[in-house]
Amino acid sequence: MHDLTGRVALVTGAAQGIGHAVATALAEAGATVVATDVRDQSDLGDHIRTRSHDVTDAERWAAVVAEIEADHGRLDILVNNAGVSGYDQLHELSLEEWNRIIGINQTGVLLGMQHALRLMRPARSGAIVNISSICGATSVPGVAAYHASKHAVLTMTKNAAVSYAREGIRANAVLPGWIRTPLTLGQTDELNGAFLDATPMGVGGDPEDVAAAVCFLVSDQARFITGVDLPVDGGYLAR
Amino acid sequence: MNQRTGRLRGKVALVTGGAMGIGLATARRFAAEGAFTYIADVEKPAPGELSVEGAEEITYVDLDVTDEVAWAEAVDDILERDERLDILVNNAGVIDYAGIADVTAEAWARVVAVDQTGVFLGTRAALKPMLAQRSGSIINLSSAWGVVGSEGVAAYQAAKGGVRGLTRNTAVTYARDGVRANTVIPGWIRTPLAERQAEEKNAEVIGLTPLGFGGDPDDIAWGCVYLASDESRYVTGSELVIDGGLLAR
Ligand SMILES: NC(=O)c1ccc[n+]([C@@H]2O[C@H](COP(=O)([O-])OP(=O)(O)OC[C@H]3O[C@@H](n4cnc5c(N)ncnc54)[C@H](O)[C@@H]3O)[C@@H](O)[C@H]2O)c1
Ligand SMILES: NC(=O)c1ccc[n+]([C@@H]2O[C@H](COP(=O)([O-])OP(=O)(O)OC[C@H]3O[C@@H](n4cnc5c(N)ncnc54)[C@H](O)[C@@H]3O)[C@@H](O)[C@H]2O)c1
Repeated sequence: MHDLTGRVALVTGAAQGIGHAVATALAEAGATVVATDVRDQSDLGDHIRTRSHDVTDAERWAAVVAEIEADHGRLDILVNNAGVSGYDQLHELSLEEWNRIIGINQTGVLLGMQHALRLMRPARSGAIVNISSICGATSVPGVAAYHASKHAVLTMTKNAAVSYAREGIRANAVLPGWIRTPLTLGQTDELNGAFLDATPMGVGGDPEDVAAAVCFLVSDQARFITGVDLPVDGGYLAR
Repeated sequence: MNQRTGRLRGKVALVTGGAMGIGLATARRFAAEGAFTYIADVEKPAPGELSVEGAEEITYVDLDVTDEVAWAEAVDDILERDERLDILVNNAGVIDYAGIADVTAEAWARVVAVDQTGVFLGTRAALKPMLAQRSGSIINLSSAWGVVGSEGVAAYQAAKGGVRGLTRNTAVTYARDGVRANTVIPGWIRTPLAERQAEEKNAEVIGLTPLGFGGDPDDIAWGCVYLASDESRYVTGSELVIDGGLLAR
């Protein structure tokens, strides 16, 4: 489908859900994949190298990227996927919870781009995909910190795209709608039902649908695409 | 071979304005990915352009996208031959450079007829088989100039903005019928259209493009392959921007 032979890719939050599907699809396309997560990733298979890594930990970012540099001398693809949801409404949101969600979903993406750019800039090439959300482009009640973090991911992506375009580095965002993962399957039926009712297609997507969009965006077929938001959302944002 | 392994294997596709530029590149990629491909245009493609190595020959259909009757006939002909229509790319387009104070009623009517009403007529004609099949992917070409303001090009800006609304409406209305509709938004792409433009205008747009170069028709063609294929089965009502970062600024 896409030939990513010879490319080195780093995917965060790859133990399950969307990240797991992205790591698997990139490896199937021929890329050398390093997958990181705070959870056990042993079911990813031997062909994918796994590392324990909390995306809020700048020192671990440095160590993971240094190891990639030592082993492969390059990093072509970064997928910032690790993320958590938070359902608190604004009036009940604690500062601790705000900082936790912003730390993972937003600062984690910043750290990822900073560390990847250390290898991508001298190489004058690279493709970054950040996983935002339909909540990064529209509003639903509640989920105050999640909203802020996912909107920030979009603007940070565009900033990176515009700042590093002349250095051959592309940065794009994918906005999943309701995707069948441990995250959404752990939500209440009421919340899931409301999302699916508001989705024009009326059904949820699979992690592989998001992975296909990521594979397209990091491939050479998308060499003229940078700074864009690509929804994979069953039409949610078109309403 | 491609009919068995390509990303569009077995699908039937129609690309309007396929005689040159973006439409031709898209049709050729579709054929190479295994689709039975038709191009519709008021001009004939250059000799040899209908053949793609290892793929089914592309079929040329003489069609003016502003002609309601011709649309019905073209779709019926395809159904008679291939029994289905899976992909429609509404790509045919014309441009006029006048600002709103100077644009003539004729130029306005012409641009809106081809770029906007042509998309409506094509979509309506294709929905007939697609709704019956309960599947289909419609791809409409807008433009960066359908998103942000540019000096002059009043009619084109209006029509290309209209296409975005029409696409979203198609997506939302027919999502539960298995039909998807998405917009592609090119930046500056090296085609006969772009090459006919004033050199200063081209240099200006490429200069503003963050990646620092103009795109090739293939850059749009690959986006269309993604949106036409089942890889994007959960993508509808989206706007795929392929512009070297122009709109991110
Ligand atoms: N599933 C959906 O419907 C949906 C919709 C929109 C956006 N998203 C986004 O997609 C991404 C993946 O979501 P998912 O549904 O697969 O979620 P998930 O909870 O199933 O998986 C997320 C993974 O990220 C890991 N993770 C969490 N915090 C981390 C940290 N600090 N450091 C490293 N890894 C960490 C988790 O351990 C988990 O393996 C998230 O950014 C999420 O916000 C998901
Ligand atoms: N080239 C660019 O930089 C650019 C940028 C943004 C959007 N676009 C859009 O992409 C599409 C293709 O553009 P292009 O650059 O390849 O243009 P082009 O002029 O090179 O090709 C357009 C094709 O459409 C055909 N056509 C015109 N009127 C028609 C009609 N009434 N019925 C049937 N066919 C008709 C022409 O004969 C021609 O073959 C257009 O919709 C255009 O607005 C192009």
